[in-house]
Amino acid sequence: MTDTTENTTDSADGATGGDTAATDTPSTGTAGTGAPAGDGSRAPSRRALIGWGGAGLALGAAVAGGAVAVARPGEDTGDTVTAAGGPIAFHGTHQAGIATPVQDRLHFAAFDVETDDREAFVAMLKDWTEAARRMTAGKAVGDGAYGGLAEAPPDDTGEALGLKPSRLTLTLGFGPSLFERFGLAKQRPEALVDLPQFAGDNLDRARSGGDLCVQACADDPQVAVHAIRNLARIGFGKVSVRWSQLGFGKTSSTTPEAQTPRNLMGFKDGTRNIAGTETARLKKHVWVDEKDGPSWMAGGSYLVARRIRMHIEPWDRTSLQEQEDIFGRDKGEGAPVGKAKERDKPFLKAMKPDAHVRLAHPDSNDGATILRRGYSFTDGTDGLGRLDAGLFFLAYQRDVRKGFIPIQRNLATDALNEYIQHVGSAIFAVPPGVRDADDWWGRALFSSTTEG
Amino acid sequence: MRPLRLSFVTAATTVAALTAVTGCTEKSSAGADGVIAVTATDTKCEVSKKEFPAGHVELDIENKGSKVTEVYLLFPDDRVVTERENIGPGTKQKVTAEVKAGDYRIACKPGMKGDGIRQDVTATGSGKVAKRDPRLDEAVASYRKYVQTQADETIPLVKVFADAVKDGDVEAAKKAYAPSRIGWERTEPVAESFGDIDPKVDVREDGLEEGQDPEKDWTGWHRLERSLWKDGKLTDRDSELADQLVKDLVDWQKRVGKAEITPTSMANGAKELLDEVATGKVTGEEERYSHTDLVDFKANVEGAEESYKLLKAVAAENDPELTKELDKQFTALNTLLDKYRADKTGYDFVSYDKVGEAEQNKLSDAVNALAEPLSQLAAAVVK
Repeated sequence: MTDTTENTTDSADGATGGDTAATDTPSTGTAGTGAPAGDGSRAPSRRALIGWGGAGLALGAAVAGGAVAVARPGEDTGDTVTAAGGPIAFHGTHQAGIATPVQDRLHFAAFDVETDDREAFVAMLKDWTEAARRMTAGKAVGDGAYGGLAEAPPDDTGEALGLKPSRLTLTLGFGPSLFERFGLAKQRPEALVDLPQFAGDNLDRARSGGDLCVQACADDPQVAVHAIRNLARIGFGKVSVRWSQLGFGKTSSTTPEAQTPRNLMGFKDGTRNIAGTETARLKKHVWVDEKDGPSWMAGGSYLVARRIRMHIEPWDRTSLQEQEDIFGRDKGEGAPVGKAKERDKPFLKAMKPDAHVRLAHPDSNDGATILRRGYSFTDGTDGLGRLDAGLFFLAYQRDVRKGFIPIQRNLATDALNEYIQHVGSAIFAVPPGVRDADDWWGRALFSSTTEG
Repeated sequence: MRPLRLSFVTAATTVAALTAVTGCTEKSSAGADGVIAVTATDTKCEVSKKEFPAGHVELDIENKGSKVTEVYLLFPDDRVVTERENIGPGTKQKVTAEVKAGDYRIACKPGMKGDGIRQDVTATGSGKVAKRDPRLDEAVASYRKYVQTQADETIPLVKVFADAVKDGDVEAAKKAYAPSRIGWERTEPVAESFGDIDPKVDVREDGLEEGQDPEKDWTGWHRLERSLWKDGKLTDRDSELADQLVKDLVDWQKRVGKAEITPTSMANGAKELLDEVATGKVTGEEERYSHTDLVDFKANVEGAEESYKLLKAVAAENDPELTKELDKQFTALNTLLDKYRADKTGYDFVSYDKVGEAEQNKLSDAVNALAEPLSQLAAAVVK
C-alpha cells in the first residue's frame, strides 16, 4: 500500500513505447501541464531572484531536472525559471499541485469549520484565495510583514521574506463532513464517498478526516510551512486546524524524465506514475469530467490522503531477498522481477502472488489508475525508540470508487502489510482551478447553492 | 507569570521619559509665569491661572480647609504628573514639575479621598502634544480606576486565604485560593509591568531562575498551591509565605495606580490576557496542582473584555467589522466557558483535570478565534 501506485504502470505504458518508454519522451518537460509559470508576466517577486542571470537560471534548471534536462537545456525558458525556484501559476483550469512536477517538500493541513455563518466562511475562502494568489507568486500576505502600523501585528508572519517562490502550490479540498453544513448536502458529489474500513486499518481519529484541506508543496520547506501558517491565521474563528503533516521527501514523480524517488524502505515505487504531460491519462484518470457531475466539480479531482506508518526497524532487519520479494523489484535499479530497468514493463506472473507491485498494478485492478503525490515523513521517535516514520500517501483520481478503493482492497493480501500500518485517512473533493483574479476557491460550489 | 511585557510601563520610567522629573527639588525656580497658586479648601480647589507656559511649573499650595488634603497635577487620563500628600490644614507646600505643552488637571482631595475637586489647566507653547480623542482619555481613566479597584478588592480576599493557611486549615485555604487570584488575573499585564512583584507572587516552579531553590526562594500563590494540593499539609514555612504574599500584594495595590496606561497598552494588554490563556490556562500548566485553571481563564477574559468595552466606541468608528467580530467572539467564548460552571454568576468552575482533550481543543479554538481579531484592536484605536 505504500504504493498503491504500482498501478500507474497501466496500459498507457505500452503506448508510450515499451521498455524505455519514459526516458524516451522527456522533454516536453512540464511546459504543457499548465502548471508552471510559462507566462512572463508573472515575474518572481521575491528579492532573491533579482539579479540572477539567464545562465544561472539555466544551470539551476539543469540541476533540478536531472540528466535529461541537461541534454536539452534552455528549451523552455518558463520552465527553467520554475525549476530554479520560481513561481507556479496559481490560476488555471485545474488547481496547481496535482499535475505540477512534484516539489521536494510538503505541509498538508486538514481543517474543521468552526463557524455556522455561511457568509463568514465564504469571506474566508475569498481571503484564502487572495493570500494564496500572493504567496504562490512569492509575495507576502496582505500589507506584508513589516512597514505597517506599529500598533498592529503584521499581516504576514515574515519567515518567507527573502526566499524564492520555490514553486509553491496550494491546493484546496472539501471533505465529506463539509457538506453537512451551509446547506450543501445536495451538492455532495456521489464520488465523495466515506472510505470503507480496509483490512489492517488502525486509524487515529485525531489524524483523520477534516472539513477542508490545504496541500502546500514547495521546494523550500519554510515556504510551505509559511503558507499553511498564514492560512490558518486568516482562518481563526472560522476554521481550526484538525491535524497537519509535514513531508520531507517526495516519493513519486510526475516528470517522466526524472528518476523515481525512493521511499523510506529504500525502494522506488510507482515508477510509472501519471506524468504532468500525459494529457490523455490525466483526462481519463485524474480530472473530473463535466458529465461525471456535479457541475461544480468539473475540472477538479478527488484526493485520498493516508498516513502510513512504516515499521522501519523490523524492515531493516529483513533480508535483501525478502525485501525484494515483497516489493517485486530489485533494490538497486528498481527494476521489476526479471527486468533490467525501473520503467520496464513488469511481468507480474514472475512475482510472488503477494508481491506489492503485482497486487497494486493496474492489470490486477481492472486498469484502475491514480496519480500519486506522496511524501516521506518522520515525526521524531515514538517513545519506544522507534522512528515515527513512513509514507504520507496522497493520490489524486477522477473517482475513488474506481481508483483508490479497489486498489486498496486488492492490497489486503500484500506482503508489505507486515511492515506498514495505515494510521490516518482522509478524502477530499478538490474543486477545479481558480480561473482569474476575480475567481475564488469554491466559487462554483457556493454559487450553485443557497443556504437552507 | 511570564517574563515582563512592555505594554504597560511603570510610572518611574515614564515620568522621566515623558515629562521629566517631578518633585520639590528646586532645580530652577519657575519664572513668575510658571507659578500657579493653588488654594485648597474643604469644598474648593482654586487656581490662580488656567494657562501657563510649558516648561518648569511650580504649584504653590495653601490648605485653607479643615481637612488634611492632597494636590495632584494630572494628565487628562488621570496619570499623575506630580503630587503632594499630607498637606495639613493651614499649611503651605510647593511642588514642581517639568511639563510639555498640553492639557492637564489640578485636583485637590480634601480628606485624601475620592477623585478630588478638579480644575482643567493648559500648558501653552510650541510642540504641543497632539490632543487625543477625549473618549480615549476617558477610557484610560476608567481603566485606571478598574485596575485600582481590582487591587483594592483583592487584598481582603488574599487575607482570607492567608489566614486560612496560617490557621493550618487546608480545606478553607483550598476554598479561598482561586478567588484570591481573580483581581490579579483580570489585570495581569498591568500587574506584570512592575517587574519585581510578579516573580514574588505568581511564579510557578518552572519559572524559577537558575540557582533559585524551590524550597527557599519560591514564594507566592503557586508555592502555597503546591503545599495545599500536592503536599496536603501546611507548615510554618507556609505561614511565612502567606504573610509575604499579603505584603507583596499590598505593595502592588499601592503602586498599581502609577502604571502608565495608554489606549494602545490597554488594547495590547487585552490581547496579552488571551495569550496568557492560550499558553498557560488552556494547557492546564498554570494551576497544575489545584486545577482551578478555568477560574483564571475566566478572569483573564473578563479583564480583556473590560479593556475592549472601554475602547469599543472609538474602535467601532474606525473598524466596525472588527468590533462586530470581537462582540461575536467574546460572546462565543463566554458562552463556552459558562458550560463549565453551574452558577453563571459565581466562579465555581469544573476542575480542569476533568475537562477532556476534545473539550480543551474547543476552548483553545475559541481562544484563538478571539485573540486573532483582538490583536487588531490597538490599530483600530489609534487609526
